[in-house]
Amino acid sequence: MPGFPIQIEVLPVIETRRLSKLFKDKKRGEIRAVDGVSFTCKPGQIYGLLGANGAGKTTTLRMLATILEPSDGTAIVCGHDVVEAPQKVRANVGFLSTATALYPRLTSQEMVEYFGRLNGIPEADLKKRVDEILTRLDMNSFRDRRCDKLSTGMKQKTSIARTLIHDPQVMIFDEPTLGLDIMTARTIIEFIRECRQRGKTVIFSTHVMSEVEKLCDVIGIIHGGKLLVEGPLPELRRKCSEDDLEEIFVKVVGPHYTNAEAHTS
Amino acid sequence: MNSHAVSVVYRKELTEWLRDRRTLISTVIVPLLLFPLIILGFSYLAVTLVGKAQKEVPKIMILGGNDSPQVVAALQKIETVQIVPYATDWKNQISEKEIRAAVDIPEGFQSALEKNEDQTVRIYFYEGEIKSAFGAEHIEKSLKGYRDQVVKERLAAKNIATSVLTPFEIKQENVAPPEKVSGATIGGFIGYLVILLCMTGAMYPAIDLTAGEKERGTMETILSSPVSRVDLVLGKFLLVLSAALATAVLSVLSMGISFAAMRYFNASVQSGRGEASALILQLGPKPVLFIFVMALPLAVFFAATLMTIALFAKTYKEAQSYLTPMTFLVVIPAVASLLPGVELTPKLALVPILSTSLVCKEIIAGTYHWNSIAMIFASTCVYAAGSLFLAVKMFQREDVLFRS
Repeated sequence: MPGFPIQIEVLPVIETRRLSKLFKDKKRGEIRAVDGVSFTCKPGQIYGLLGANGAGKTTTLRMLATILEPSDGTAIVCGHDVVEAPQKVRANVGFLSTATALYPRLTSQEMVEYFGRLNGIPEADLKKRVDEILTRLDMNSFRDRRCDKLSTGMKQKTSIARTLIHDPQVMIFDEPTLGLDIMTARTIIEFIRECRQRGKTVIFSTHVMSEVEKLCDVIGIIHGGKLLVEGPLPELRRKCSEDDLEEIFVKVVGPHYTNAEAHTS
Repeated sequence: MNSHAVSVVYRKELTEWLRDRRTLISTVIVPLLLFPLIILGFSYLAVTLVGKAQKEVPKIMILGGNDSPQVVAALQKIETVQIVPYATDWKNQISEKEIRAAVDIPEGFQSALEKNEDQTVRIYFYEGEIKSAFGAEHIEKSLKGYRDQVVKERLAAKNIATSVLTPFEIKQENVAPPEKVSGATIGGFIGYLVILLCMTGAMYPAIDLTAGEKERGTMETILSSPVSRVDLVLGKFLLVLSAALATAVLSVLSMGISFAAMRYFNASVQSGRGEASALILQLGPKPVLFIFVMALPLAVFFAATLMTIALFAKTYKEAQSYLTPMTFLVVIPAVASLLPGVELTPKLALVPILSTSLVCKEIIAGTYHWNSIAMIFASTCVYAAGSLFLAVKMFQREDVLFRS
């Protein structure tokens, strides 16, 4: 039966509603890592969360990926609530961070297959799907090599293949280039751009200004768990009457940056 | 719970586990090689040492006896000892192992014997020294023979039959079935070993699949997949359980083979240990099967508890330092069951580990008290379910998974 694509309005793919996260720390007591963050990402956009270390980027993205549960507020990802249907959210999300390592004793191909199976891809389709992705990412030369024997670049490709196996609508990248050399980091940047071309929605965090300038359609500056400013780069330039993103960042974050923070971080 | 997801997780963990060299060592090599080597080595050593001691002709010194040539002649007739000339430092020579024993014939022994007077022949030896004990044994045997002969001669002189000395015989007869005997001797040890191996077999994978995963940074990776945390922990738990049971099964198997080999070794030398090993082989599959049925809930308990504790740790090393003291908690009740006189009572049936160890001892001894077996199985199942529930709960806690 032919479908009737009637588009009324572009619904956001990610929408956070006063998303908050409290951590209990023995020494410092209660910490509001994320404090009432609300923003939306439209389909096919790259949203960049820009912030210093400890600003709340990782916690926000982990809540979107349902790895952590919000203490307060919620987020809707691809129409599913992160609190009420976390498994459905994860089935629509590909999550990649520098902390997401590979299983050392599995081969590159097995790693991708494992995540295919966890995503409920039937065995009959799995092989075809894996072959397709491994070929697309040019991984055939090392697909049977164990992950602990791979180079950093090969590991990154395997991680990318792992996040793509279930063809998620949303990609979440938490500081994806942290600690990578320039060439490997470039692969990741290229990949993020390709995701947008394929119509995926991307949200990623970083503290590298140049990455944000190059990639992002919308930028959110986060500090002390609060989203301070949000908008496309030209809009931010206008608001702050500054041209350079670094200057914009300093202007936005500066008033909130305390001496105490300078000592703790 | 989604059984498909659990099996996907389990199969992946199994693949990784089998590819780990440490697994090979702790689960396969140690039980399959170390046990036979230890058991065979010890028994071989014992057999050869005892044999050597038995073969040696001990040097014996006679103190005095110049006025009693008959008893000296009787002693000199013993082929298994060598009589050496008298020396004043005989006591020292025994300590220095130059001679093995000395026999002191009192002065005027022969004449006192004829006059029917009380007297004592002393044998000096070095206690704890097996060769010295053998030497003393030979002397005593010979002297007893001489004494019997004197008694017989006296009776004959008075025309009395020798049967007057033994109006009746006394004999001990065993009514316990052969497996009961083995149960008392080494049966308890098997139950103890199965319990301990279930624990040690579970230890390494329990750490590897929790703290190890955190340390390698794969925890966040797996948590970002759609698998639910319950399915994830169950898949991991099943692997830890499999490892525990595999270690125990392989060990018992290799032990059976070692005992069979030991019996072969001991075929020539009849010793108590040889008989016990023969009895182990007569056990048959029923008690062994029952031991594993009883050990199953305990293995579940170990697997879940170890995982729960190891999950707290951030690194492999930290987890090891938490779990090593746990070994003592398991060893103490298991050893307690080996103590003679510790018997199964309704109260003890509720003590985990100890109860299973005790019931294994009974099962091997051929006693099946169905009430206590059911009670112990049920109580251990309750502990197992509790610990598994705790492990699942622990896996849902962010402050444990992302402890920093």
